[in-house]
Amino acid sequence: MDPSKYDPRELGLRVGLEIHQQLDTRRKLFCSCPTTLVSEDADKDEFIRQLRPTRSELGEVDIAALFEWRKGRLYHYHAPRAASCLVEADEEPPHEINREAVVIGLAVALALGSTPVDEIYVMRKIVIDGSNTTGFQRTAIIALGGGIELESGKKIGVQTIAVEEDAARKLGEEGRYTHYMLDRLGIPLIEISTAPDIETPEEAYEAALTIGQLLRLTGRVKRGIGTIRQDLNVSIKGGVKTEIKGVQRLDLLPKIVLYEAIRQKRLLEIRDELRSRGVSRRDVESAEIVDVTGIFRGTRSKIIARAIKRGGKVLAVKLPGFHGLLGVEVQPGRRFGTELADYARFWGGVGGIFHTDELPGYGITEEEVEQLYKAVGAARGRDAVVIVADEEPKARKALQAVVERAAAALEGIPKETRAAKEDGTTRFMRPQPGSARMYPETDIPPLEVTEDLLEEARKLVPEKPSEKLRKLKERYGLSDDLARQIVRDVRLDLFERLAERYGDKVPPSYIASIFTNILRSLSREGVPIDNLSDESIEEVVSAAAQGRLAKDAVPDVLAYLARNPGARLDDAMKALGIQAVDMSMVESMVEEAVRALEGEIRSRGYAALSKVMGRVMPKLRGKVDGRTVAEIAKRKISELLGERRG
Amino acid sequence: MEEAGYTGVALRLLRRAGARPGDRIRIERSDGRVFEGVLMPRYAISARPIIVVKLDNGYNIGVRVDEGTRIEVVKTREAILHEAAAGAPAAVPLLEEQPPPGKRPRVTILGTGGTIASKVEYETGAVRPAFSAEEILEAVPEVGFIADISSRVVMNILSENMRPKYWEKIVDEAAKAIQEGAEGIVVAHGTDTMAYTASALAFAFRGLPVPIAFVGAQRSSDRPSSDAAFNLVAATLVAARAPFAEVVVVMHGEAGDTYALAHRATRVRKMHTSRRDAFQTINGRPLAKIYPFEGRIELRDKPLRERGREELHVVNGFEEKVALVKYYPGMEAELIDFLVDRGYRGIVLEGTGLGHVGEWLVESIRRAVEQGVVVVMTSQTLFGRVNMNVYTTGRKLLQAGVIPGEDMLPEVAFVKLSWILAHTHDPREAGRMLRENLAGEITYRHTLDLYPRWPH
Repeated sequence: MDPSKYDPRELGLRVGLEIHQQLDTRRKLFCSCPTTLVSEDADKDEFIRQLRPTRSELGEVDIAALFEWRKGRLYHYHAPRAASCLVEADEEPPHEINREAVVIGLAVALALGSTPVDEIYVMRKIVIDGSNTTGFQRTAIIALGGGIELESGKKIGVQTIAVEEDAARKLGEEGRYTHYMLDRLGIPLIEISTAPDIETPEEAYEAALTIGQLLRLTGRVKRGIGTIRQDLNVSIKGGVKTEIKGVQRLDLLPKIVLYEAIRQKRLLEIRDELRSRGVSRRDVESAEIVDVTGIFRGTRSKIIARAIKRGGKVLAVKLPGFHGLLGVEVQPGRRFGTELADYARFWGGVGGIFHTDELPGYGITEEEVEQLYKAVGAARGRDAVVIVADEEPKARKALQAVVERAAAALEGIPKETRAAKEDGTTRFMRPQPGSARMYPETDIPPLEVTEDLLEEARKLVPEKPSEKLRKLKERYGLSDDLARQIVRDVRLDLFERLAERYGDKVPPSYIASIFTNILRSLSREGVPIDNLSDESIEEVVSAAAQGRLAKDAVPDVLAYLARNPGARLDDAMKALGIQAVDMSMVESMVEEAVRALEGEIRSRGYAALSKVMGRVMPKLRGKVDGRTVAEIAKRKISELLGERRG
Repeated sequence: MEEAGYTGVALRLLRRAGARPGDRIRIERSDGRVFEGVLMPRYAISARPIIVVKLDNGYNIGVRVDEGTRIEVVKTREAILHEAAAGAPAAVPLLEEQPPPGKRPRVTILGTGGTIASKVEYETGAVRPAFSAEEILEAVPEVGFIADISSRVVMNILSENMRPKYWEKIVDEAAKAIQEGAEGIVVAHGTDTMAYTASALAFAFRGLPVPIAFVGAQRSSDRPSSDAAFNLVAATLVAARAPFAEVVVVMHGEAGDTYALAHRATRVRKMHTSRRDAFQTINGRPLAKIYPFEGRIELRDKPLRERGREELHVVNGFEEKVALVKYYPGMEAELIDFLVDRGYRGIVLEGTGLGHVGEWLVESIRRAVEQGVVVVMTSQTLFGRVNMNVYTTGRKLLQAGVIPGEDMLPEVAFVKLSWILAHTHDPREAGRMLRENLAGEITYRHTLDLYPRWPH
């Protein structure tokens, strides 16, 4: 498949973004815990819970949630004492909403031209994957409307701005148990939802970037991996609004958008093909699930043989008229068969499926395929057959889900929530939850948006990027190019802090280049630069400013600190064999060189500087900055020449 | 509309428009902004001119209004519900399986209020009691696998509004259910005063052939993390299958959903404002550990009464003129005098340490006893036994006629005295009964392990 041959505009692409950004507040949104993450071996308590699906007044339950519960899914929570309390454990009612988070949220709202609501109501949004101990996420709309402008002048509307609590951090799964760490639960997030005004993958990227930059300009948001997440709502003409969750890497966003547009287009094509073949929903749904274990008694397929040996069954179902369609690529590397397999895995809990568009293969012979067709009463060249080998109830549920998904293909695109993958494709995550999953959080009183609150917010409204740019150039003498880069950098606030503190000793442009140049190339080399704390970076800049650390050594030192979280500058210098330079020793070395070259200096004056440098630098290179040495040498020469004059 | 929390301008505007909560309304403000959504009740206790609407995305927001605001009803609540019901898929049961055929023990669930089995109203978020057997089985189908359920709403009150005369009603209803053949009783009760009511039943049922399990919830049942279903399943299991015939409180055993504990009614106390495992047995061990998912009951202490051994024998009645008084440094004697003058027949003192109060109270207490008031001493420490022979004040109080309450919990001594005084007018007889262990409320041996170790 060649994704580049699809034109998003022609497909009628529409994208809405939901950007979630952690706020850098002192306390969590509904309790007094700090907003820091802890390591997995931190002091903690553990407990295991279930979550029950709740019913709406109309008797509706969230099917995916119900299903998880029926399967007996259990949640194992790790409650670190340093970063969670009874509120996160759902053992104490929430405290009042954190005013600091509301103020930051309102500041962002004002910057986006949104209108704050008059009174803020906290809602419970039911999510029962265990990521919230309560079974719901607390969320509140604080402003409506507003928007951003792209470089092209195009306006992207903002629909809502909400403040909400972050979910618990998933540690992993283990049989029936899902493990969660409660440190992240309750950290305030701001959620900005745009209107579906975005029409190309590039616009999606630019919009996300622009909003991200605006958030960072407040100086009150967290940064680092997982602190900003994008969800997408994507549809094409004739398609269906699909939710895509958990896009953490911004650079992947255009690809994900394009791939989803393609998926919807391909699914519509499959629908049209099925219709032209005269397949009806009834045909698909009435297909019977048949036990075909007998065919595979002596099979060479290891997967099937293993399943049978464990007492499992091989079940098969006919998909009438689907011949060839299961092999159709809907996204690069993902076939329509993969979509069916997602459903089988989700609803049946099985490892996967086999289908006749990929058979014979995987150890399954031509002969077995032939018998398979016969067993389910399918015609080769017209129908497809799907098989699952597992414990019988699981296999049966899996095939029922496959049939349902196949039947839905006749309508086109099912309403799904999908999860983004590393390669830009997406997989089925769960059906889209119904609208009846928002309830008022009756434990938290509403907060009136008073003039006082707005006044506090106005003080935090971030500068416009263009203004910031001007300031960076004027105040720190950065070039236009460098200033543009630093304005977009996630560590803009740190740069400003360091430039204020050390700008008189090291040029601000050098400090800027640490971010725009050194860290970026380290990142490209695979160094985990997200591990670098602000404190570590500051320690390095400070040492460079004092001349204690040569600039040449800065990249190596930063790389070491990133690879060894918790290490200090001294550890890095020791490990890298960089001696902390004893400046008095440098002084005496230069002094010695000046004396040795006294004659030449007396005759040539400052022109002899290079000779002095040539003598000392071979011994000092990498330990102390050449510029610092030159300054000392100049001073010594001047002293010597001064002596003569005196 | 007042009941929906609106006052002033907001109320006038809504009345003029004929809008009621649940109606879809359109608000056109004088600043030109327009809001449309479903009108919500305003549960904030404040007089600000704000109207709450649910937007189409499900969020509620507050909209400030003034005299220039125009409101109209776009669609009524009835029309909205009618449409929603027409489009709604058939209700999916929580469990696919039905209980297998076969006889199950008959269990009666008595509702008294609290959040244990309530339903949420999706439109407003309000929680209302739901207590027909069908509704219980729909909400917690697991109980249908354990027992044949019948249910009755005895009352529907907040637990803090409980009164001794309501205990009598609950005793009657439980007795009636047992007479009608119930093989176990579950009493759903608000948690705040559940231990009081449970111990009241423990004293009133002098002969009890089946278990009575009190159960409550610390997290309301409208949320996925509610402990209501877990506790209800555990309590039903106890009512249906426990080998003992005692009054117990069945609640979470720890913060997680692993096991519940059945606490003897006369030994249990709510020890935390909000935790699931707030209920703890004091000066003893819980009677049993219950694994509701595995259907397992593990005894942790020797039952006082075994299932099926005794005939039903009820001695109902509670005296309301009994006070529970917590002593504090500097408490004045007139508080005791007041109770005596007001005709109180019994006073349970919650004294300091081994059972003391300021010596300046001794004279008032002596007068109380002389006038026929029964005075019992318990301790604020909760753990341990009173002993009034060790210090002079204790000896003076004994001499004044105070009855030492052994290791009884203050609340339990209060309930016990209330029950005793409803059945005897002889202070001496009352004193004798107080010292006697009637329902596991007094333990004469405390071993070293019965005191929790606090974190340090």
